[in-house]
Amino acid sequence: MAGISGLLVTVRTGKQGAEMMRGKMNPEYLDEISTLRINPDDMAEAQMLPGQKVKVSSSFGEVTVTCIASDVPRKLFFLPVGPVANRLVSGSDTDGTGVPAWKGEQVTIEPADQVQ
Amino acid sequence: MDQELKVHSDVICTFCGCLCDDIEVEVVDNRISKVKKACMIGRNKLMHAQSNNPDITIAGKPTSLDAAINEAVNILTNARFPLVYGLSSTTTEAQREMVEIAEILNATIDNPSSYCHGPGLMARQQVGLSSCTLGEVKNRADLVIFWGCNPLESHVRHLTRYSVSAKGMFHPEGRKSRKIVSIDIRPTPTTKSSDWFIQVTPGNTFEIATLLRALVANNPIGKGDDALIAGVAVSKWRELAEMIRGCKYGVIFFGLGVTQCRGRDINVEQLAVLVSEINNHTRFYAMAMRGHGNVAGGNQVMTWQTGFPLAVNFSRGYPRYNPGEFSVIGLLARKEVDAALIVATDPGAHLPADTGDHLKNIPVIYLEPHNNPTTEWATVVIPVAQAGVAASGTYYRMDNVPLRVKKIVDSDHLSDEEVLKRIKERITHAQNY
Repeated sequence: MAGISGLLVTVRTGKQGAEMMRGKMNPEYLDEISTLRINPDDMAEAQMLPGQKVKVSSSFGEVTVTCIASDVPRKLFFLPVGPVANRLVSGSDTDGTGVPAWKGEQVTIEPADQVQ
Repeated sequence: MDQELKVHSDVICTFCGCLCDDIEVEVVDNRISKVKKACMIGRNKLMHAQSNNPDITIAGKPTSLDAAINEAVNILTNARFPLVYGLSSTTTEAQREMVEIAEILNATIDNPSSYCHGPGLMARQQVGLSSCTLGEVKNRADLVIFWGCNPLESHVRHLTRYSVSAKGMFHPEGRKSRKIVSIDIRPTPTTKSSDWFIQVTPGNTFEIATLLRALVANNPIGKGDDALIAGVAVSKWRELAEMIRGCKYGVIFFGLGVTQCRGRDINVEQLAVLVSEINNHTRFYAMAMRGHGNVAGGNQVMTWQTGFPLAVNFSRGYPRYNPGEFSVIGLLARKEVDAALIVATDPGAHLPADTGDHLKNIPVIYLEPHNNPTTEWATVVIPVAQAGVAASGTYYRMDNVPLRVKKIVDSDHLSDEEVLKRIKERITHAQNY
């Protein structure tokens, strides 16, 4: 099965911030926080196409998001902060600091249409 | 019939820690109709401030304010381990009430900085932090380093108002007379507008700061110039160290890329020591890129009143401080809390799902101006007048300069401060405090 593993990094985006202010239920906000930035070579390795739905899984949960190619480093996947990314990290995993692994959660990504 | 138009100038946008105080807002018949000078986020915040307001509810059913406050008091006074949480997007006046309520209830109180810039506050308690105001940066800085932050998307006007293109007393040419360096793990709009982008591998902030300490001090490092630290050759880091030593006034703005990655508080500790040691050679400071509008004020108020900026527990009748143990995320993940009073934050959207999910299983009292993921399940929802729009008060900018936010429209709802005062008075009466 095609797929790729790496680190999930949550980030702010301009659109995420602007749309959040219009309401966290609005479709543009939900689209933006469900858009994963990934290196084109990682997409090719995982047999994923830009705009394709992909499943992102961690030890704590899984979400389905849309992937787009971006000039980010390989094996680093970037998802805007918000309720979607928050299904992949855990409050029980903070190394005693109170800060979850929002900047480095181990995840696996695979095309959603391969998911059984 | 003519409509009444009021133009408010020098309005403060309360979205992020920049607290831009030059916004112009037009109000027609008590409705905000136009916003000028704000970034897109600030514009949307103000334009949508009066829409999408929740009803006063208990368990999803509309009720009166009086009944909602009574239910809130009933929940809080019957809880064995209540949590008071939020503070970051309301006035310091309301924050003060929250601290007092937490003390009366023998509760735990925390704010969102405990999972954002909290590690930086912990570092400051260990080694201090040489810092400055944004006005000083604007007037004096000739070297600005953005480290693990992307203000062009999170603090949009920071560069034009304070740090990059702002024209200051000793920098009348603005951008031309400043060097801008970005340290990040990926290209961003901020790195693309910098003079020098140093792309590093993730999780190596502590190593970079340690190396820079040695290079700035001209100490031997036991590695050749071709050796890689965080994926970047030592020769490049040496170049940065020389740039730092050669500047007249430098500042590092650090973001969650520093505080939330591997190392967390010790990253900021090492960065703070680096900045302190740079002052052996030239003037140099660091500042956290604070996110929520008054999260810095939350730390200020908690520190005035409890001695600690976050993660404080009153269960023994006096304040105890222990990040990790009394941090909101740890408490909720361990399911220790049995009721919560939440003000001016949105745990349904901001917290890890397993953490936020615990709140759905306990009674939650929620003060909030807008419908959001938390209003969907909070037990008692009390809509409030939004600070900086329909309520005035004090906010602290990211450089800890206090500013007075204005009331520019009337609201049908009370402010956070007013609701919290009523809750406090009835708790005091119920407990014969």
